[in-house]
Amino acid sequence: MTQWSGYLGLILQGAIVTIELTLMGSVLALIMAFLAGMGRVSRFVILRAIATVYIEFFRGTSIFVQLFWAYFVLPFAGLSLTPLQAGVLALGLNVGAYAAEVVRGAILSVGREQYEACTALNLGRWQGMRHVILPQALLVMLPTFGNNAIELLKATSVVSLISLADLTFQAQVVRSQTGSTLMPFVSVLVIYFALALIISWGVRTLERRMARGLDGVRV
Amino acid sequence: MDWDWNFVWEIMPTLIQGVKITILATVLGSILAAIVGLGIALARRSENRFVARGVGWFAEFIRGTPLLVQLYFIFYVLPDIGILLPPLVAGVIGLGLHYGTYTAEVYRAGIDNVPRGQWEAAKACNLNGRHTWTHIILPQAIPPMIPALANYFIAMFKETPLLSAITVLELMNQAKSVANTYYRYIEPMTLVGAFFLVISLCSVVLLRWLEHRYGRIER
Repeated sequence: MTQWSGYLGLILQGAIVTIELTLMGSVLALIMAFLAGMGRVSRFVILRAIATVYIEFFRGTSIFVQLFWAYFVLPFAGLSLTPLQAGVLALGLNVGAYAAEVVRGAILSVGREQYEACTALNLGRWQGMRHVILPQALLVMLPTFGNNAIELLKATSVVSLISLADLTFQAQVVRSQTGSTLMPFVSVLVIYFALALIISWGVRTLERRMARGLDGVRV
Repeated sequence: MDWDWNFVWEIMPTLIQGVKITILATVLGSILAAIVGLGIALARRSENRFVARGVGWFAEFIRGTPLLVQLYFIFYVLPDIGILLPPLVAGVIGLGLHYGTYTAEVYRAGIDNVPRGQWEAAKACNLNGRHTWTHIILPQAIPPMIPALANYFIAMFKETPLLSAITVLELMNQAKSVANTYYRYIEPMTLVGAFFLVISLCSVVLLRWLEHRYGRIER
């Protein structure tokens, strides 16, 4: 039992790597989601095409396949990535593709009259998007973004297979060193679940804060 | 980075062996997920509040933790309490349980969508609980759910590469083993990616058709 505290330290180190990956992956996913989501509703055919290809490509294959491709095939093309870089890249691009559809849906969900009001106020396309459409669309996106963030957190476990020392990897280390299976896996499952609860709580709080002052405006 | 077609033809038979296992795991996992989901959805509507609450929490927990860790749990922890499962069976149970918690939500929405009048009519016709479910509620609730269920089965199909982590010899594992034998990663990894991409692009067409066929609710 005294040894167990040492192993728990190992698992907590893994938890930090998992949190880092989730945060960095989320930032990349958020950037990609807005780029591709706005690209999908662009008036330029070429931008729409690029965004569609990106989204279909990354949603069509799983994160696991993309991660292995990034880690094992890209070095042959002269681009060597560390496991952490490959992990963030694959997670961000994959989840970003799913979130891009959320951005597109939320932008399209803003009523026609809002767009007409932008025209009436003589706002440019970008000004209207920035000051009128996005602030309303953001609130629609937020709950689904929360789900996407939890999916991303769960997907980080895959990076253990390219030898990045995250929670899942450390659980395997503890299993092979102690031969005990129940303790490492149960503690890791509980930590993942706790992190997922924190994300969903955080998103709910953020949503409540952003909805402030919008009562009666939202349907 | 050079692509060698001769090598592609050489490894093709091995990869096709893997494809068979991938499809087998998806089909069995889908059947299990469909049954488990229905079970969870029914249990959450149970009169007994402890059953309803307990199953609800259990499903929430499974949904908030990574499939990979759950697979490890089934594969490594269960043998310690005397349940020794072959890798494929462990993998199918993992997939079925994980996606069962997602399909449960689909069933829940489908059952909630059956109008109240149908329940009252069943009561008026003096049908007992079991007959109400099998003859009145489920036949009306299930067809509109089919597109959403199919969506999760396609998602499950894309997640099957995770089974390679518990030594199931499916497509990803075969690709990894040929890649390690010949130290050529470009062809096997790209073929795996292309295979999943092609299948998921085809499944988009299938989903459209399913939505057209079953998606509308006639009132």
